[in-house]
Amino acid sequence: MSDAAKEAFDALTETVGRVTVDDPKMQAENVDVFYAEKQAIYDVTLDVAKNEVVAMIGPSGCGKSTFLRCLNRMNDTIPSCKVSGNITLEGESLYSSAMDPVMLRARVGMVFQKPNPFAKSIYDNVAYGPKIHGLANNRAELDDIVESSLHRAGLFDEVKDRLNAPGTSLSGGQQQRLCIARTIAVSPEVILMDEPCSALDPIATARIEELIDELRENYAIAIVTHSMQQAARVSQRTAYFHLGKLVEVGETKTIFTNPSHELTENYITGRFG
Amino acid sequence: MESLSVTHLTIVILLLTFLYFLFGRHRAYSVAKTNGGLKGMHSLPSHYGTLVALWCAIPALLIMVLWKLFEPAVVDSLLASSIPDAIHAQGEKSVSLYRNEINNAVDSGKIDSLLDPVKQATATRLDGLQKNATLGLFVLVLCTAIVLGVLALKRITPKLTARHRVEAVIKGFLLLCASIAILTTLGIVLSVLFESIRFFGQVNIFDFVTGVKWSPQTAIRTDQVGSTGSFGAVPLFTGTLLISLIAMIVAVPFGLMSAIYLAEYASPRMRAIVKPLLEMLAGIPTVVYGVFAALTVAPIIKDIGQSVGLSVASESALAAGLVMGIMIIPFVSSLSDDVITAVPQSMRDGSFGLGATHSETIRKVVIPAALPGIVGGVLLAASRAIGETMIVVMAAGLAANLTANPLEAVTTVTVQIVTLLTGDQEFDSAKTLAAFALGLMLFVATLILNVIALIVVRRYREQYE
Repeated sequence: MSDAAKEAFDALTETVGRVTVDDPKMQAENVDVFYAEKQAIYDVTLDVAKNEVVAMIGPSGCGKSTFLRCLNRMNDTIPSCKVSGNITLEGESLYSSAMDPVMLRARVGMVFQKPNPFAKSIYDNVAYGPKIHGLANNRAELDDIVESSLHRAGLFDEVKDRLNAPGTSLSGGQQQRLCIARTIAVSPEVILMDEPCSALDPIATARIEELIDELRENYAIAIVTHSMQQAARVSQRTAYFHLGKLVEVGETKTIFTNPSHELTENYITGRFG
Repeated sequence: MESLSVTHLTIVILLLTFLYFLFGRHRAYSVAKTNGGLKGMHSLPSHYGTLVALWCAIPALLIMVLWKLFEPAVVDSLLASSIPDAIHAQGEKSVSLYRNEINNAVDSGKIDSLLDPVKQATATRLDGLQKNATLGLFVLVLCTAIVLGVLALKRITPKLTARHRVEAVIKGFLLLCASIAILTTLGIVLSVLFESIRFFGQVNIFDFVTGVKWSPQTAIRTDQVGSTGSFGAVPLFTGTLLISLIAMIVAVPFGLMSAIYLAEYASPRMRAIVKPLLEMLAGIPTVVYGVFAALTVAPIIKDIGQSVGLSVASESALAAGLVMGIMIIPFVSSLSDDVITAVPQSMRDGSFGLGATHSETIRKVVIPAALPGIVGGVLLAASRAIGETMIVVMAAGLAANLTANPLEAVTTVTVQIVTLLTGDQEFDSAKTLAAFALGLMLFVATLILNVIALIVVRRYREQYE
């Protein structure tokens, strides 16, 4: 970081751009995250709107994945992690004692960086969520959920003849779409994606990006990505994180063509990151 | 004297080998100088040095071993002519007695103590032969080492592929080490197999495998009462099966549950304390378990049984099985813990991310993913249970009852092998040979279990690679 950029970062106390939306699905206010003594997120406020894709970009270690994992309390599995501030889903506080993290994760699904199908058949991978949440009353209903989820994930035609083959036998791109199918089978309200294409080739990536665009009709989506082209292609709004601070939020078009903050400009023009 | 000289010779060869290594390396450097530096050489100087050293050591040591193998036979046949005809006429036994006397006198260096002048002459000849042999060995081995070493030194050129050759020799050496274990196993199998075949020459194999009466007596006198033994192995195998089953009923749930606790719920501190403690169970000598089973557990079971009106033998399959189950808990828990820990965290995250609880994740994602490994551990524990002897000897008794009642005394295959072979035995009666047949059947059974375990574990590995 140049001296000028460092000054700009130190001076940063408030996020540039509008962090709230008119029709929020999720709202995060003044979120701080600590890993033991080390602070990973500083005072981040950001909304996720209904039917939008919000992209989170920034250099490695900027806290974008940590922030994403706060949105469905996946950080609970890390004992040293402490979250403060207020995060709500449809007005209900995520970290209040009334909120069961297990039920929360059924409403806020997550797709991970590396495809992580279970050691089960393709069918059982998708049927897993509906089964544990009792979404299907009988086998026929379960079949319907599995089929429609695979359809919506754009995988059904490729696997319809081998639903009993292990999920791990699919290619990387297919596995990731299987994981997306698995997530939407639970009918979540929000889908969080943590660099969903970083382990995939360009063709599989394009397929997933198309899919994200289609999913926007029904879900609110927050996606963390290292690829600025991907953020520009799939998102409506973009949030730029830097060393744990949310530097700038805005319309994706504006962020990539006319960023307001010096740090954002440095990043998207490739001066660092 | 004799063995000392071989030791000396070996030390000399090893010293020579080291010297030749230095010579070889040195020569490689000087060859390199005249051939455009080390870059122009095929191999590193230490490779050339090692190659020369190997040429010096291996043939020399090989000759020494072969010589020592054949020396006694050659000396014996040379000595035969100086043994008096009178002794030869008395037959093999006298000749070998005579030889022993001479050998002892020569070995202890007290030829003078022999009073008979004929014997003294023979002893002197033997002493001379042995000294000549040792001298010959020295000369031959040292010449071989030195000459081959010099030849190898001469052959050092930039084109000599020393590294390939050294690596080939090392590969051969590693193969040799690996084959020793395999050959030993093969030797055990073959010896058991041949003795079993002798047994089946006396007892019908069909009677052995399907017979339900085990009473391994053979007559010492022909008119003895109860002289005909019966060798039906079924009661032994049901005994083994019964006790192993009880042991597995104890070990699998307890082992698996403790593995799940250790891998999924225990804090790192707790895990660091509990895991070694649990694994200590496997380190307790089985004889201690046997004492515990026979003197503590069996009486408790008997008391409890009697208080509810059951007749319990003071040595029961239940006591042995329970204690054996405790003993093999670590086999199940430790291996299961390893495979459960090896299930990728990303898979757990995927399940949590779908709103599954911790217990749902463990039951429906982690355990199925780890199942092949767990099965492998369980089968390993089972073959341990089948082979266990000491606990059963002490706690389950020797009576070959054909029963499925765990409160009765039973006996197992391994226990019978022990009883058949302890004490003074003749090694050609059906009674002792039966031990080999039992061993063979047991070996086949555990082999099958192990093969299944290996296949299952391999399938598990394939899933994640």
